[in-house]
Amino acid sequence: MVSLFDILGPTMVGPSSSHTAGACRLGLMARAILGGTPQRARIRLHGSFAATGEGHGTHRALVGGLIGLAPDDLRLREAYDEALRAGLVWEFEEVDLGDDAHPNTAVIEVSRDGDTTTVRGASVGGGRIEVTEVDGFAVALGGGYHTLVLLAHDEPGTIAAVAGMLAGHGVNLATMRVDRTGRHKDALMTIEADEPIGDEVLDAIREFPWLRWARRIEKIS
Amino acid sequence: MHRSIESLIRESDETGRSLATVVLEAEAAESGVPAADIRARIARTLSVMRSAIDEGLKGHTRSPSGLTGGRARKLWENGPRILGPRVTTTLARAIATLEVNAAMGLIVAAPTAGAAGVLPAVLVSVGEFAEMDEERLVDAMLVAGGVGGVIAHRASLAGAEGGCQAETGTAAAMSAAAVAWLHGGTNEQVATAVALTLQGMLGLICDPIGGLVEIPCIYRNASAAMQAIAGAEMAMAGLDFPVTADEVIDVMGEVGRRMPSAYRETAGGGLATTPSARRLVQLQPRTQPAGISR
Repeated sequence: MVSLFDILGPTMVGPSSSHTAGACRLGLMARAILGGTPQRARIRLHGSFAATGEGHGTHRALVGGLIGLAPDDLRLREAYDEALRAGLVWEFEEVDLGDDAHPNTAVIEVSRDGDTTTVRGASVGGGRIEVTEVDGFAVALGGGYHTLVLLAHDEPGTIAAVAGMLAGHGVNLATMRVDRTGRHKDALMTIEADEPIGDEVLDAIREFPWLRWARRIEKIS
Repeated sequence: MHRSIESLIRESDETGRSLATVVLEAEAAESGVPAADIRARIARTLSVMRSAIDEGLKGHTRSPSGLTGGRARKLWENGPRILGPRVTTTLARAIATLEVNAAMGLIVAAPTAGAAGVLPAVLVSVGEFAEMDEERLVDAMLVAGGVGGVIAHRASLAGAEGGCQAETGTAAAMSAAAVAWLHGGTNEQVATAVALTLQGMLGLICDPIGGLVEIPCIYRNASAAMQAIAGAEMAMAGLDFPVTADEVIDVMGEVGRRMPSAYRETAGGGLATTPSARRLVQLQPRTQPAGISR
């Protein structure tokens, strides 16, 4: 759904909504999915991101997003210095992901305290983004909602249990998506909600015996 | 958001509410955000737009590529010679915002960063010349946003999808609607301003030199601002256009889809591949890629 502020905005650091603001948001999403500022990042850029990213501040914006700078934060100009201060070590590579990949795609591998996660996403125009893969699982996350990502063992009743838990705490679901490696193997569930997902819901979900991990992603600006 | 200019106008006509109110109430209903909060956020957006113009007119901004900076101030100081001061002032303001954008300054992408100069230049200038108060300008932004929403739904806002007509063309159409509305135009005149302005932007390719939204973008933003004022002026004088605003928007979408990819923000054609452009890009010092930082 297009909001009025997709048309009259975003308020952002230039020069390009897709190559700068969108790139920053992809960085923010990777950081949120990891659950904090990464210590290391390996960022692979495809298509137009690779070809014209340099002049559009795409690299800086991605690094800035990884350390938590928003698309309208003027410190994006000095994102490298800020990132060094934040303890981030990063590297960029160019990659060809094939003709099917969106021209503004980044694959971001981030790690922190031994945890590593790989996030693939694209900047799809006007600063809007779509994260399409988390650790090899297909997802569809725009960052515009309060989001919950769960990796669980594929068991019957999982979806109902999670949905019931959220409903019990007054959290309205906007979208829900499940992808799994196979029956009774790993399943990744992503839930986008209208309301913030509180600590007690998250703690309760983490008690489910079949849960591998659960991450909460704050709605990004 | 409304999916046609026609439905926007019909709702306004049938309920007796202004176009601005129709857009505001639709947004409040869809987002669940109170109308007063939406207005406040638009007012903040307007102040960012003003700041970018002021910054650009100082003339200190330079983009990292070295391609842009200082032109808005030059026009501001040297004009007007041919056009009246109002138009020249508007042109300088449009360029100012795009120069700030290219220099990684703070701007409002309305509808995109590459077309960010048009709406602020037109609104701030018209607001100043006609001595409009801030609340009226917020209303005008709502009207502009409503028009942009229709174009996003029916065609495209992205140069990579629909060429420059989708970016600066949309910005011009949004601005023309805002100006016609600010000057007390009827709903019909607002729609005609959209049609007249967008027809003048049809077919515009997106061919940024070096792939950067700098040149010709800063000049195209100025041209689009002038087109917007012209469209509003003609509509307010009672001129008609035989094709409806929605139909012109649909045509813009169709032209964009049929445009070869060389003309859709790939720097693979148009001005971007001229010998002059190639020389210019070669002359720019290439900054070190980020690489590994240890």
